[in-house]
Amino acid sequence: MVRTRTPVTTKPLGAPASPWARGFTRFLRNRLALTGLVILLIFSALAILAPVITPYGMAEVNFSRLRAGPSPEHRLGTDELGRDTLTRVIYGARISLTVGLGSVVIAMFVGSLLGMLAGFIGGWFDEVVMRVMDAMLALPFLVLAIALAAILGPNLQNTILAIAIVSTPPFARLTRGQVLGEKARDYVQASTALGARGMRTLLRHILPNILSVIIVQASLAMAIAVLAESALSFLGLGVQPPTPSWGSMLNTSRGYLATQPWMAFSPGTAIFLVVLALNLVGDGLRDAFDPRTRSG
Amino acid sequence: MITFALRRLLATIPTLLVVTLLVFGLVRLLPGDPARLMLGESANPQAIAELRTQMGLDRPIMVQYAAWLADVVRLDLGRSLVDNASVSRIIGQKLPTTIELSLLSMLVALVLAVPAGTIGAVKRGKPIDSAVTVFALAGISLPNFFLGILLIFFFSVQLRWVPASGYVGLLEDPLRNLSLMALPAITIGVGLGAILTRYLRASLIETLSQDYVRTALAKGVPGLAVITRHALRNAMIPVITAFGLQLGTLLGGAIITEQIFSIPGFGRLLVDAVSTRDLPVIQGVVLIAALAVFLVSFVVDLLYAAADPRITYS
Repeated sequence: MVRTRTPVTTKPLGAPASPWARGFTRFLRNRLALTGLVILLIFSALAILAPVITPYGMAEVNFSRLRAGPSPEHRLGTDELGRDTLTRVIYGARISLTVGLGSVVIAMFVGSLLGMLAGFIGGWFDEVVMRVMDAMLALPFLVLAIALAAILGPNLQNTILAIAIVSTPPFARLTRGQVLGEKARDYVQASTALGARGMRTLLRHILPNILSVIIVQASLAMAIAVLAESALSFLGLGVQPPTPSWGSMLNTSRGYLATQPWMAFSPGTAIFLVVLALNLVGDGLRDAFDPRTRSG
Repeated sequence: MITFALRRLLATIPTLLVVTLLVFGLVRLLPGDPARLMLGESANPQAIAELRTQMGLDRPIMVQYAAWLADVVRLDLGRSLVDNASVSRIIGQKLPTTIELSLLSMLVALVLAVPAGTIGAVKRGKPIDSAVTVFALAGISLPNFFLGILLIFFFSVQLRWVPASGYVGLLEDPLRNLSLMALPAITIGVGLGAILTRYLRASLIETLSQDYVRTALAKGVPGLAVITRHALRNAMIPVITAFGLQLGTLLGGAIITEQIFSIPGFGRLLVDAVSTRDLPVIQGVVLIAALAVFLVSFVVDLLYAAADPRITYS
C-alpha cells in the first residue's frame, strides 16, 4: 500500500471534516431541534439538582394545606396530602428521565447487537431472532408493556425492564437492515478480503457507519419510553407512592378536576414538554444525520 | 388475488406460532410461580398446589404449551380466576365497545388529518405548513391521558356539554352513546390524526411532484380538483397502510381512554385483570390484541394489492 500525504490546502476552507461534524452543524442550525435540546437540558438539570433546588421534601406532608391553589409558598399548589406540587414535578423528572434513558440504553444495546449479528451471520440465527422480533412487534406496545409490568411487579427496575423489552425489536430490525446494506458495500468486502475477522469487520467498520441511524432511533424511542412510563404509572403499574411520578400525579388529579384542576396541569404539561422536546431532537437528528429519510 | 391471499396467510403462520409461544411464555417462563403470583405471597401451600394441578403446571412445559395451543385453536382461552367465566366470552362481550371506540377515533383522526395534511403539502414551506407541522408534532407528543383529562375539564366540568364518564350501549340509546363516546374518540383521534397528518403530508408532497399531476394542471383542470380527484386518491394508499400499522397505537389509546372515561371495553378489561392478577384474562387479551394486529395487516395488504395491480407476492 502506498501512503500519500494529502496537502491540507485541498480541503475547502471552513468545511467541516467528517460526516459527524457536518451532521452536528446541520443539527445546530435547526432551530426547532435546538429548542428541544434546551428543554431537555433544563429538565435534566432539574432532575439532577432536585434535592438542592426543591423548596420542600418530595414526601413532605402538610395537613394544614391540602390541595391548596398556587401561592408564593407553593408556586404550583399542593396535592391531596399537602405536598408541594413543584417539588414533586421536579422529582418526577428524575423518574421519567431515568426510565426513558435506562430502558432505551438497554433496548439499544440488546436490540442493535441482535440485529447486527442477525444481519451479519444470517442463516438460522437470523431466522430465529427476526421471527421473535416480528412476533414481539405484533403485540401492541402498551398492551405488552402492561402485561410485563403486571407480571414482573410494579417498581422502578421492572418498569425500566418492561419498557426496554418492548423497545428492543425496532432496534433489531433497523440494525439488521442497515448491516445487510453495508455488507454488500466495497469497504466491507475489502476488509474481509484483507483477512479481517468477522467480529472486527462488524465492530470496527460496519458499526461506525450505522451508528448515526441507531442514535436517531434511540432519541425517538426515548420519547415513546417516557410516554410509556407515565402511562404505566398512570395505571398504577409504575413506580409506587410516595415516589412522585408524573403519570401517577395525573391519575390522582382526576378526582379533583372540578375543584382543583391545577393538580392536573403541572404534571401533564411536564410530560408533554419532555416528550415534545425528545421528538424535536429526534426529528432534528434524523434530518441532520440520515439524509435518506430527510423530510421536506 | 386468491393465490396472493393464501400465500400471504401461509407466510404469517410461523410468526403467528412464535406469537403464541411468547404469549404462553409471558405467564409461564417469567420468574415466579404463576399459581403463587395469582394467589399472592401469603397463600397457603395447599391452595397453591391445588391451583398448580388445576392449571396443569405440574406437567412438562411443552405439554402445557401444546394443550394450551389446542384450546386456543378451538377459541377456548381458559377461565377467569375471578368469576370462572369463559375468557373468550368475556372478551367477546367487551370487544364491540372497543371496536366502536376505535372506529370513531379513526373518523376523528381522518377528519383532522386529511385537511391538515393536504394543506401542509399544498402550501409546503409557507407559514400554514409550519403550523400543520407543529400541530402534528404537538399531537404526537401530547399524552392521551392528559388530553382526556383536559377534555373532561373543559367540556364536562366547565362547559357541561357532555357527561365526564359513563357508558350506554349503542343499540340501547344511540344518541346518548355517541355523546358519551365523543370525548373518548377525540382523546384517541387527536394523536392518531397527528401521526396520519405527517404521513399524508409526506405522501402528498411526493404525489404532487408526479408527471400526471403536472399534466392535469397543464390541461387546465382546477387545482382543487387535481388535488381531490387525482393526487389525494393516490397519496392515500400509503396512508391507509400506515393506518393499519397504527392499530397498536389505537389499542394502547383504548386502554388508557377506557380507564379515564369508565368505558367497559377491551382495554379496561386488561387493566382490571392486571389489578386482580387474573392471568388467563391477561393472556387472552394480549393474544387477541396480537391476532387483531395480524388480521388488520393482512386485510391492509389485500386492499393494497387490490388497489395496485403491480403488487405481487414474492
